[in-house]
Amino acid sequence: MSQQGQARSGGMNAQLKPQSLTATNDFVVKFANVNGSGSASANELFAKAILRMGVPVSPRNIFPSNIQGLPTWYEIRVTEAGWLGRRGGVDLMVAMNPQTWNSDLKEIEPGGYLFYDSSKPLPASRFRSDITVIGMPLTEICNATYSDARQRQLFKNILYVGALSVMLDMEPAVIEQLFTEQYKGKEKLLDSNVQALHLGRDYATKHIGRIGLNVKRANQVGDRIFVDGNSAAALGCVYGGATVCAWYPITPSSSLAEAFQSYCQKLRVDPETGKNRYAIVQAEDEIASVGMVVGAGWNGARAFTTTSGPGVSLMTEFLGLAYFAEIPITLINVQRGGPSTGMPTRTQQADIVSCAYASHGDTKHILLFPEDPKECFDHSAAALDLADRLQTPVFVMTDLDIGMNQRLCAPFDWDDTREYDRGKVMTAEELDAGRDFGRYLDVDGDGIPFRTYPGTHPSKGGFFTRGTTRNAYAQYSETGPDYLYNVHRLLKKLDTAKTLVPQPVIRPAAAPTRFGVLYFGSTSPAMHEALEALEAMGLHLDALRLRAFPFSDSVVEFIDAHDQVFVVEQNRDAQLRGMLITELEIAPQRLPKILHYDGTPITARFITAAIAEQMRAGSRA
Amino acid sequence: MTYLAKPKLHHPSLAQNKVCRTRRDYEGRVSTLCAGCGHDSISAAIIQACWEMDVEPHRVAKLSGIGCSSKTPDYFLGNSHGFNTVHGRMPSVLTGANLANRALLYLGVSGDGDSASIGIGQFAHVMRRGVNMVYILENNGVYGLTKGQFSATADQGSKSKKGVVNSDTPIDTVSLALQMGASFVARGFSGDKQQLVPIIKAAIAHKGAAFIDIVSPCVAFNNHPGSTKSYDYVREHNEAVNRIDFIPTREEIVVDYAEGQVIEVEQHDGTVLLLRKLHRDYDPHNKIGAMNYITKHQAEGEVVTGLLYVDNDAQDLHEHLNTIDIPLNTLTAKDLNPGRAALDKINQRLR
Ligand SMILES: Cc1ncc(C[n+]2csc(CCOP(=O)(O)OP(=O)(O)O)c2C)c(N)n1
Ligand code: SF4
Repeated sequence: MSQQGQARSGGMNAQLKPQSLTATNDFVVKFANVNGSGSASANELFAKAILRMGVPVSPRNIFPSNIQGLPTWYEIRVTEAGWLGRRGGVDLMVAMNPQTWNSDLKEIEPGGYLFYDSSKPLPASRFRSDITVIGMPLTEICNATYSDARQRQLFKNILYVGALSVMLDMEPAVIEQLFTEQYKGKEKLLDSNVQALHLGRDYATKHIGRIGLNVKRANQVGDRIFVDGNSAAALGCVYGGATVCAWYPITPSSSLAEAFQSYCQKLRVDPETGKNRYAIVQAEDEIASVGMVVGAGWNGARAFTTTSGPGVSLMTEFLGLAYFAEIPITLINVQRGGPSTGMPTRTQQADIVSCAYASHGDTKHILLFPEDPKECFDHSAAALDLADRLQTPVFVMTDLDIGMNQRLCAPFDWDDTREYDRGKVMTAEELDAGRDFGRYLDVDGDGIPFRTYPGTHPSKGGFFTRGTTRNAYAQYSETGPDYLYNVHRLLKKLDTAKTLVPQPVIRPAAAPTRFGVLYFGSTSPAMHEALEALEAMGLHLDALRLRAFPFSDSVVEFIDAHDQVFVVEQNRDAQLRGMLITELEIAPQRLPKILHYDGTPITARFITAAIAEQMRAGSRA
Repeated sequence: MTYLAKPKLHHPSLAQNKVCRTRRDYEGRVSTLCAGCGHDSISAAIIQACWEMDVEPHRVAKLSGIGCSSKTPDYFLGNSHGFNTVHGRMPSVLTGANLANRALLYLGVSGDGDSASIGIGQFAHVMRRGVNMVYILENNGVYGLTKGQFSATADQGSKSKKGVVNSDTPIDTVSLALQMGASFVARGFSGDKQQLVPIIKAAIAHKGAAFIDIVSPCVAFNNHPGSTKSYDYVREHNEAVNRIDFIPTREEIVVDYAEGQVIEVEQHDGTVLLLRKLHRDYDPHNKIGAMNYITKHQAEGEVVTGLLYVDNDAQDLHEHLNTIDIPLNTLTAKDLNPGRAALDKINQRLR
């Protein structure tokens, strides 16, 4: 390609140090920006361009709980091997934020690269001696080229993308194609962006040239899609047949409800009347949002809400009601750092206990743990079925890491013959045929009773729903036996749930081992990489990826089959481990914990080091 | 005090309405409330109104919060589905239920503790959303079920049974509902069934958020002299702005009152409300006028009853949301699922 030729012949102003990192399709680039500077779309464009060259990428947004002015980062792992977890460390830092300069500099791996805006030269004493420093006067070029203040700001971002494309030897045609798609019908914008791209490229070709890291066309992306978990879950709700969504804004879940709204506008409008086959209400708070979902679920619509930790706290009284009165509702909890406002824009898996046992009294709720956007889609649709089947709240437990970051994953899939499982609903015909209807009668021995929708039959099947105890025929009762009948039947229902929820995925080690590891949700990609690294070190572990609570029997079997099972989670108190210990009555020492909870997504490096250390310590002991 | 003439029906318990049901079909379980509790009279008025309106009982969804008042849905329309939700949060549950199936009649029953204290937020929002419902607040100025504490509608300076003096300003739920955008606002008195039944009927016919505050004395905790929510006080200080007759459209409307004293209020379904004005200046279409009137008379210690405000052209939540006419809960996978082909297109755009 001619551009490549040009780049190679360009001046090697970067003056690579002898020990500079060299890597093809395997490095980490991190952009340090200021929130509100318009860098997000440029950074995403850069990631997508690499993807279009057939090289997997795994990006992560790291942003403050503030709209403008504070630091924000976008980290892209370029990974031909396909590892989608965070690796840790940075090979090329694009340091666009003076405020975080010092800490950004520290993160660079020895031999790595620093790219910065040299419009205001920094003293050489501030640079590390073990990295390659590449300056480009971005502000200066923009000020000289554009008169409009906003353009000066925005095109600075495109300029650095252009420069990087030269430094990393990327194909400009790929980026131009992305611009074409993005600015379809807006020719002026398309032209000016392409122009800015080439402005950046021309400068870099002349003054910088290629560095030791590069992107080479590969064929590792396949038919995978690139999507964030919140959009995927929203689409899962559309496909799963949700018709009522009530929500209250909270990071990192808001974009889920917003995506549901926009998918519905495209996919759920009645073609004849132009009217909507859905209802979305932005409630006044989370109590109201879950209340609406309870009302809709009671009345036979598939309904869901989306929230994060603090929202779940507010919803708990209603969750107890839905559990005890046996009303199907679906909640998607995009977890963030807690407790309280904690770290609202960082990720954790720290609502496991508060969701599993939400509300007062003895309650237990179904939790599903998707590992990536594909499973966000699948589990959201499955949750709507499960809620109807089990007549109980079902939580989809995603987190910020999956929810708000685009991830490469298998394409969405749907079987057109699939019918919704509406569970045990008695119809007017069945009532007329003389079927016995007791709202809380365990007819099939699976703990799940039949219900009727309001308005079904003029004289049969009507009942009163309440949070107080009742007998099997829904009549008010405060007697001990009626209470026990209900609460024990609810446990039986949970036993049934164990067989209906997504089952664990087990991955055996290359060699027989007495060690296992158990993990769930967004830890998945980092775990896969860690397992391979551990294997390479001769440390073998069988792995179980948990996909739901209540725990399937295979979880017990897995733990029983090993002396020790590491439990990896992203919270301080080892919440899931605690539940395994109490729910399955397992000796705590058999479940060593591996915990990561500083708000950043767990890395393969962290897991590898932590498990290796414990396994070696164990074998020394 | 104002009473309308007794209804013409001589033996309502024997007669059948247009949907072939007797009044008994509208009854529920035997009440467990205190004898003389105003809430029981309200249940009776609901039964009467639904029967006279030819409502099919099973096409009603009755929802309530928690409190003595909120227990009452068990005591009327025994064949309809009822839902005793959580304290103060009935409005959101009713909203969700209404979204799921717009074809039923939604009857929300609440107490003043339920709606004006813990649930004031949801109360306000269900009104502003225009949820199509009849929202009945059984207002006794106390917490009955928890035995006599003050509610937010309790009179300032009044003494509880335990001897505590209430220092807080009361909330006037009627003014609040008007302010929040309810499109039908009325106040009744549990002891005045002749006025109350037509109000409930008109509320049933109204499309949009219909709110009825009903003063409902609590004989156990708030029926003492000095309480503005006692039987005697309301009987002595009731200022009725109008009397209502409710006339289904298809019948010829015969007006035999003096010109200028009767207003016809046409509802969305074509039914007509005849309002016999007691006060010449009272116009139930004028929201600001209604607010002023209520405030003025309240300051004079009077309890203004009647249809205080109605907006005949009100839109309900479903119209705001442009939802399809058939109930959402009847849609099947065929109606809801965009299918594999659409998904493949989405996949394609994500590459
Ligand atoms: C969250 C919650 N807090 C408190 C209560 C206790 N509680 C039950 S009924 C009630 C007050 C009911 O008063 P009101 O709504 O005026 O109804 P009334 O009994 O007077 O008809 C209270 C505080 C509750 N059930 N739930
Ligand atoms: S305590 Fe008051 S409100 Fe409750 S039932 Fe008795 S009279 Fe009615």
